[in-house]
Amino acid sequence: MLDKLGEYFQYSFVWYALIVGVLIALCASLLGVTLVLKRFSFIGDGLSHVAFGAMAIASVANFTNKTVIVLPITVIAAVLLLRTGKNTKIKGDAAIAMISVGALAFGYMLMNIFPSTSNVSGDVCSTLFGSTAIITLKKADVWLCLVMSAVVLAVFVLFYNKIFAVTFDEDFAKATGTNANAYNLLIAVIIAVIIVLAMNLVGSLLISALVIFPALSAMRIFRSFKSVTVFSAVLSALCALIGILTSILADTPVGSTIVSVDVIAFALCCVIGYFTARR
Amino acid sequence: MSELIKCKNVTLGYEDGAVAENVNFSVNKGDYLVVLGENGSGKSTLVKTLLGLTPVLKGEISGSVSHKEIGYLPQQTVVQRDFPASVWEIVLSGCLSKCGLRPFYNDSEKKLAKTNMERLGITDLAQKCYRDLSGGQQQRVLLARALCATGSVLLLDEPVTGLDPMAAAEMYSLIADLNKNGITIIMISHDMDAAVKYASHVLHMGGDIFYGTLDEYSKSPQGKWFFSIGGEADA
Repeated sequence: MLDKLGEYFQYSFVWYALIVGVLIALCASLLGVTLVLKRFSFIGDGLSHVAFGAMAIASVANFTNKTVIVLPITVIAAVLLLRTGKNTKIKGDAAIAMISVGALAFGYMLMNIFPSTSNVSGDVCSTLFGSTAIITLKKADVWLCLVMSAVVLAVFVLFYNKIFAVTFDEDFAKATGTNANAYNLLIAVIIAVIIVLAMNLVGSLLISALVIFPALSAMRIFRSFKSVTVFSAVLSALCALIGILTSILADTPVGSTIVSVDVIAFALCCVIGYFTARR
Repeated sequence: MSELIKCKNVTLGYEDGAVAENVNFSVNKGDYLVVLGENGSGKSTLVKTLLGLTPVLKGEISGSVSHKEIGYLPQQTVVQRDFPASVWEIVLSGCLSKCGLRPFYNDSEKKLAKTNMERLGITDLAQKCYRDLSGGQQQRVLLARALCATGSVLLLDEPVTGLDPMAAAEMYSLIADLNKNGITIIMISHDMDAAVKYASHVLHMGGDIFYGTLDEYSKSPQGKWFFSIGGEADA
């Protein structure tokens, strides 16, 4: 087994896949804590379906760099979704469900009407469940991912205290003069960026798992916001690492392997949480 | 004496209509104002308006304390009951407005948080998780946070809702202590007994709005009516 791994590590694409996978998982988990606590767990799911629809448009329009189309559309959708929190006729969860299935149907239809390759169902499947794209990453993709992750990480650390305050008690934060709406917007934009980045890794159907599982796992065991955030980031990176290595060795699909590892980690954390809480 | 907060002919409400009209009252340093009224009489809207979350429809709110300097104790939300945060993190977050654009808390803000935790007797809970605390302890934590945001005025929105009688009594005496130490209190409440016991002034919302000292209130028609209801509920 180690021989096989050693053999794979001679190829740069394996390194690229590992770097990109771990970074994306780390970034996704950071905001997961906030989204789970704000009862926005499904926003990742909704947005990723929007990204799927946008991806379909980009393929049909034959853009070589699909991110140019996908990123702005997803960001706009994120802003619209988070705005629906209050004072709107359609409530948060319904709005997410609506946009999510709408975009999914629209994207699939587009891909069928204007097939860009002969293998439509293969295209759809790889967009939904993650593709082999992670092992065909170019150096430029890795750089893009590095820069984006650094930006996400920096923004998160700099605004950590504000994000905490807005997550815990939006009204109090607003009352003391914090611009809660601006930070909600910031959170929405960051999550959209992460989802677009993560689409290549696990596919649009499985992105939510990267966002919510590490946060939920950490919340089983830890009891302060900081420790939950740090642990979920570490756990997420670790799960991505194990998942990618397993998928290389066992020849399983990357996305679903990573998510499976996340699920197992969650189960373990539940058990640990159960015993530590009884102490 | 200059007023901390003065409401003059204020109309409270949202874009689609007024909830209460011609609200007049003023809060001076050291006052303990209890805001009474039935559900739907505009108490919550008053809170939001005082905090600057909802614009004033008509009239004027003035005074030496801006809405950002009011320490606010909100009603608990569902999100908070299950929130993985330590007491220390929550109390410290009350200092956020002092940070401005600075990303982290400085030493004086941490000291302020510590002082306020001592003041409310929750220093030993600092590393405890908020969701593991009792209702009374949780309220103390939020009160400490509110104190971090203000040095002068506390706005308490039904601070004893959901507390058992013992914890409620403790909470009230805690608030009374703060008031004695010079903190001005504005408390939204259903609780007639507490109003009688602690208030210096009463604002009665709904129908004919009444504002005056506790003595004046007990002689007013609104007060007599409310007392009679309160009496029945206790019997």
